Amino acid sequence: MIETLTLMKPELIITFIIFLLLFIKIGKGVKSETMLLLIQVLLLLNFITGFIFNSEGNLFDGMYQTTAMMALQKNILSLGIYLISLLFASWFKKSEHMLEFFILMLSALLGMFFLISSGNLLMFFLALELATIPVAAMANFDLDKKVSSEAAMKMILSSAFSSGILLFGISLIYGATGTISFTELPLYLDGSPLQILAFLFLFTAFAFKLSIVPFHLWTADVYEGSPIAVTSFLSVISKGAVTFIFISTLYKVFQPINEVWYNMIMILSIASMVIGNLFALRQQNIKRFIAFSSIAQVGFILVGISSNSAQGISSVVYFILIYIFSNLAAFGVASAISSQTGKENINDYKGLYQTNPFLSLVLVLALFSLAGIPPTAGFFGKLFLLTAGASKGSYLFITIAALNMIISLYYYLRIVRAVFMEKNEQPIEKIEIDLSAKFALTICAAGIVLIGLLSWTYDYIQSLS
Amino acid sequence: MNITLLILLPLLTAIVILLMQNATQVKWVSMMGATLQFVLAFVLLFSFYKERQLGNTSQMLFELKYNWFPSWNISFHFGVDGISVAMIMLTAFVVIAGVLVSWNVTKMTKEFYFLLILLSMGAYGFFISLDLFILFFFLEIAVIPKYLLIGIWGSGKKEYSANKLALMLMGGSALVLVGLLGVYFSASIHSFDLITLSLLHIPIQTQLICFPLLFVGFGVFTALFPFHTWVPDGHSSAPTAGSMFLAGISMKLGGYGCLRVATYIMPEGAKEYASIIILLSVIAILYGAFATMMQKDLKYINAYSSVSHCGFVILGIGMLTKTSIIGSVMQMVSHGLMTALFFAVIGMIYERTHTRQVSEMGGLLKRMPFISTVLFIVGLCSLGLPGLSGFIAEMTIFMGSWQHPDTFRRVATILACLSIVVTAVYILRAVTKISMGPLKDEFKNLTDATWNEKLAALILIAGILAIGVAPFWFNDLVSPGAEIIMQKISPITIGIK
Repeated sequence: MIETLTLMKPELIITFIIFLLLFIKIGKGVKSETMLLLIQVLLLLNFITGFIFNSEGNLFDGMYQTTAMMALQKNILSLGIYLISLLFASWFKKSEHMLEFFILMLSALLGMFFLISSGNLLMFFLALELATIPVAAMANFDLDKKVSSEAAMKMILSSAFSSGILLFGISLIYGATGTISFTELPLYLDGSPLQILAFLFLFTAFAFKLSIVPFHLWTADVYEGSPIAVTSFLSVISKGAVTFIFISTLYKVFQPINEVWYNMIMILSIASMVIGNLFALRQQNIKRFIAFSSIAQVGFILVGISSNSAQGISSVVYFILIYIFSNLAAFGVASAISSQTGKENINDYKGLYQTNPFLSLVLVLALFSLAGIPPTAGFFGKLFLLTAGASKGSYLFITIAALNMIISLYYYLRIVRAVFMEKNEQPIEKIEIDLSAKFALTICAAGIVLIGLLSWTYDYIQSLS
Repeated sequence: MNITLLILLPLLTAIVILLMQNATQVKWVSMMGATLQFVLAFVLLFSFYKERQLGNTSQMLFELKYNWFPSWNISFHFGVDGISVAMIMLTAFVVIAGVLVSWNVTKMTKEFYFLLILLSMGAYGFFISLDLFILFFFLEIAVIPKYLLIGIWGSGKKEYSANKLALMLMGGSALVLVGLLGVYFSASIHSFDLITLSLLHIPIQTQLICFPLLFVGFGVFTALFPFHTWVPDGHSSAPTAGSMFLAGISMKLGGYGCLRVATYIMPEGAKEYASIIILLSVIAILYGAFATMMQKDLKYINAYSSVSHCGFVILGIGMLTKTSIIGSVMQMVSHGLMTALFFAVIGMIYERTHTRQVSEMGGLLKRMPFISTVLFIVGLCSLGLPGLSGFIAEMTIFMGSWQHPDTFRRVATILACLSIVVTAVYILRAVTKISMGPLKDEFKNLTDATWNEKLAALILIAGILAIGVAPFWFNDLVSPGAEIIMQKISPITIGIK
């Protein structure tokens, strides 16, 4: 019993918070500011407790497993959720259904925690569903906007479709090997055609969730239609969680057939980088823009995954950590601007530096980090992904990846140009930023600068993987 | 001395600049920062001489090593030899002159100086790094300030030029990155350390792939033909100090990288591709010179002539003899000083006449004796008048090149020599048109240089004269460094085809 409590500590804490919020919801009369503050404090505590009393082990016959690396991955997600609760405070306060939103978001987070810890395909499937379905409800949270419900619809349909494919893959795997346990599966995998077919279906489901080209078509519409808080949750937290489980299944479970997935990953990575980048070039809406650029970022993550080594795991986790800070900072600025002025077009950002220097600097820092320019952390993140990928020795692959950094630089610089250089007749007026949002943006900016320069963050991750 | 000061000082200056309240404070803080850099560079030079006199013959002096990302074998490894000291001196000269000539910048002064100082930090870091990862880090750090300097404070089609520059330079550094990763994984010890790598033997297959990647990657920075197209646009759109930094410092990062990284750790690759390098550099030299003849805008004249002059740097490296490598380093420093001065003078003229078209000017010597004299000096240096640095540098390269007995290299040397005639044509034509002849009415009330402009010009002229009149001290400084590079190359170059 005690073992259950300590091993499942992160999940239990999240469950506890969810129930607490449900009870508060029943008894009413709490002001939304106080409520938000309480939630923020709870999420901060959740993040802090993630660092203490961590232990490793299995539960329920290996259905649930946890290691120090998994605890770290969960912590990274908790940090992201905490930042989201701070960044979008003004949007939360305006919403009547703030509590429901957090209950849904935490349920999805709970699903992700189980996903990371799953040691069995069944557990994996359940956790993935728990991590997906609440997000579709969250996408619908701009109740008065039609695009929001459209986004939710697209999200739920596409994830139902991918779940179907996943289930089919799982059944095929069970048929081909006779087991669904992650520890037993590698013993039975020998690369027979049926197993490869099954793996293909499983891979497709992952590709859907990660919006890898050619399974990316739902991404842009869903990102654009959803409220920014949800978009950032989708593009950062969801993506991070799925990446974590993706890399651990590939490295641990499907290790016997690594030649098969190396080639698949290489091709899909190039496709994602090229197509994501080329589409991002033409986007005008900032959310759509980030959606396509995040497809390209996933292509980059795949470069690191392709290395099939401990360096691969640590560079991917490191990159996700950096990605959380950089992407949330960009979304935070976009949200501050759009919640006050309703402007989401890149052209509206012209001359932003004259009126809002703080927001502009954070935005530019975040974009530089996403583009991988030193001294921001993104530079180190991308470089380590490339280095990990290069250990396989495919020069062409690495050259294509490196050249894609240049294409992406072009469109990231487009925003920088708009913010700093171009003139605007009616620039965005001075924006009052919420105190908590300002705090979160400062944390993000500090993270972007420091995570790269302080090398122990990487060494810590490396020591766990 | 502790050479990390060269990075920490600009960093500190940049932070203090951010804390300042008004433009005057910002200017004085950056002036103080630049002066301290200048002093520090001289302290470095003299302590370097002192160490050498005391008999310290180790390859790199003042070495420092701090671990950074130990799991990738990356460390802060700094150290200098004569070549790096020469480049650091150049940087310090250009920085102080650049700060002085931008005294009148009124638009977003704080950001302007912040970026200038940041750029100088990138350059110092690049020149003292002995770890290729750190070197790459500083190489990229120096790109974005240039982009912003051109895009915000530039003139003309500035956004286009800024974009072109940033993308081409980043493209170059992407190639460098791939080349570095190739070297990293194919060396028997996975390391980014320059000294370690130079002691190992990189497999010849890797050299054949990675040498062109690294050389072209760095070559983009130093206007290697056909990747020179960012140079004219970038230089002509940049603000005065931006052009000075670009041509004076930033283009030298590429030359230094070609020499110190590509050629030094992959000598077989350098030998294999030497004829292509020579061919491209001769094309750049001649093409740059003839293209300059056609230009009417002063900044374009200097930008295209920079392409031509930087071609000499590449030529010197491609010839792979000790003399030509020394000449190549000299040419980098000489061209850095000269072109910075040229851009400074162009800036001074433009600020007064509000035109950069040569045909619209005339007789300026009457109203602006100081500026016109400086223009003469810099022009003569550019066309290689003995006594000024340009002559020494180009002469050394030609002497080094002529040491090869084969026809191809002889022809290449002769063709490169011919460009000097073309240079004389365009320089004399432009300088004469600007300063001689009747003074136009609208220029009657022009004033001569102010104190800061005079100081900037004098500092740079002092550098040019020092190399031109007493080249032996420079030779003594650089030649041990070139010697070590040659030791890697010479066992291979015997029996060169």
